[in-house]
Amino acid sequence: MIELNGVWKTYQVGDQPLHALKDVSLEVEDGGYLAVMGPSGSGKSTLLSILGCLDRPTQGSYRLDGDEVGSLDEPQLSEIRRWKIGFVFQSFHLVPRLEAAENVALPMVLAGIPAAERRERVAKALDAVGLAKRASHRPAELSGGECQRVAIARSMVMQPRLLLADEPTGNLDSKSGASVMELIEGMNANGLTLIVVTHDANIGRRANNVVVLRDGEIDQLVPGSELHYGLELANPREPAG
Amino acid sequence: MTLADTLRFAFTALARHRRRSIFSVIGMTVGVASVIVLTALGEGAQRYVTDQFSSLGSELLIVIPGKNETSGGILAGGIGGVPNDLTLDDARALERDIPGVSFVVPMVVGNETVSHLERRRQLIVVGATHQFLETRELHMGSGQFLPRDDFDRGAPVAVIGVKVASELFGNENPLGQVLRIGDWRMRAIGVLEPKGQQIGLNIDDLVIIPVASAMRMFDRSSLFRILLRLDSHSDLEAAKSRTLAILTERHDEEDVTVISQESVVESLSKILNALTLAVAGIGAISLAVAGLGVMNLMLVSVSERTSEVGLLKALGAKRRQVHALFLTEAVLLAFAGGLLGIVFGFVLVELFTVFYPKFPAAPPVWAIFSALGVAVAMGSIFGVLPARRATDLDPVAALAGR
Repeated sequence: MIELNGVWKTYQVGDQPLHALKDVSLEVEDGGYLAVMGPSGSGKSTLLSILGCLDRPTQGSYRLDGDEVGSLDEPQLSEIRRWKIGFVFQSFHLVPRLEAAENVALPMVLAGIPAAERRERVAKALDAVGLAKRASHRPAELSGGECQRVAIARSMVMQPRLLLADEPTGNLDSKSGASVMELIEGMNANGLTLIVVTHDANIGRRANNVVVLRDGEIDQLVPGSELHYGLELANPREPAG
Repeated sequence: MTLADTLRFAFTALARHRRRSIFSVIGMTVGVASVIVLTALGEGAQRYVTDQFSSLGSELLIVIPGKNETSGGILAGGIGGVPNDLTLDDARALERDIPGVSFVVPMVVGNETVSHLERRRQLIVVGATHQFLETRELHMGSGQFLPRDDFDRGAPVAVIGVKVASELFGNENPLGQVLRIGDWRMRAIGVLEPKGQQIGLNIDDLVIIPVASAMRMFDRSSLFRILLRLDSHSDLEAAKSRTLAILTERHDEEDVTVISQESVVESLSKILNALTLAVAGIGAISLAVAGLGVMNLMLVSVSERTSEVGLLKALGAKRRQVHALFLTEAVLLAFAGGLLGIVFGFVLVELFTVFYPKFPAAPPVWAIFSALGVAVAMGSIFGVLPARRATDLDPVAALAGR
């Protein structure tokens, strides 16, 4: 499903080129589960942006479902994000003025799906994350764990093939974090391809594969069970970056 | 994304910051209301003046002594260009020689102390003839108007306005009583019906005496005006040039000005129209200021909602969708302000007509629609920059709140 081949991402900072990613190559098969780890500034978020078609590689190839992402224009990238990719963020990114149900419906509103079908799918999605009763609450009236579950419902509602989660438990206590991961991993068990950026070595160990980045380069690319990831780097409270 | 969804999304965004949205709407409201009120007043002034003049009838020529152009002293032939007197003989000649003239009214106007017993007032005294009544479309309240005498016969009689009657005579009947006008004793023979202001003259507050009496009273050798009423079928332009020719021949130079009622109305109308447009323009400036207010609010809104824009892009929003969402907010603000402005403007105009019922203030239809149109245009013009700023945000940076 995902093939990265010699991907570079270079930013120009003043006169100096800054390489956020250096020659990254990896594959994720359909229904796979990849954890992305590494210290802050190692390029995790850049990698996720590229995988999420929010950004394009400076060099190298990214094939998603056989499409070469680098050759697509902005409207085509929007289409891919809309139909194929779900996002879950560390800080939830719910629209504060909209109710939970409206937040979940947002991708369908943008895609022009008729209101009747929207209602049905929102109800199903909220039910799946156990928040059917909180549909008309605004984010400020929900706990962090509930907010993240609304965000997960939102990411599911377009029935994407790929879910990208950027530190999904980073802002949650361990209990709600565990239930959020249970939800996400449950979706992966049902065939959804899952890529999680995390500091949590326990999550990494559960993934099929783990890629550990360091200074934009792949430091390790191993099956989750073989992860050797120093405790000194495990800092779950650290913001994404 | 459907239009309804776009409007709803934009509306929730505005409702979220109710107070600043309301202030921005008020800016537009004031702008639109001011256009409506100002044009209503301009239009009202125009209608007022036109009504006043057209009440005199369109077949009226007015002869004024003096040229309305400056003439060179030597070439003009006269000393210092002093015009010849416009005399009663001139009036008579016009009455005799202009084809299609129904009558002429020679006029003199002056200011004199008018008294009855101990009551005295300084009043405008008009010297005129019998047909003045018809020319000005006046009616008698009681008694009679000036007699149908020859121009030269200055009978010692006076016709007074209602206000003069009540102030000088109180509850007495003024008819047959003696008035002192300056050093002259005149008999009151009639009281005019109340009429109020008419082209700068308060009809209720003046005294009308025969023109010959007035010329003697004020020691004038020249008339103030000669009014010529023509038949309804006669050629106004021909009569105008004929009048000028006759008087030029009689005075040996062109030293009078002949204007028609129509040309006066037309030129006044032109001036007032320009005035209306000018005040509408001033109102439009306030609309532009209101547009800047909308832009400011939207710029603030975009920078506050950077991460929302990033989210929308991550969820697959196209550039034009993001653009449409933010532009819709600006247009909604402007449109709401425009509608409120129309309502508010009408309320103000109504209020104005309560206090000045005689002034026909009403906003012209073009002003209502163009004010709303300009408001919405301002919203969409000034909304473009913020919307473009939102559209151009890089999704990755925007999601990070940068």
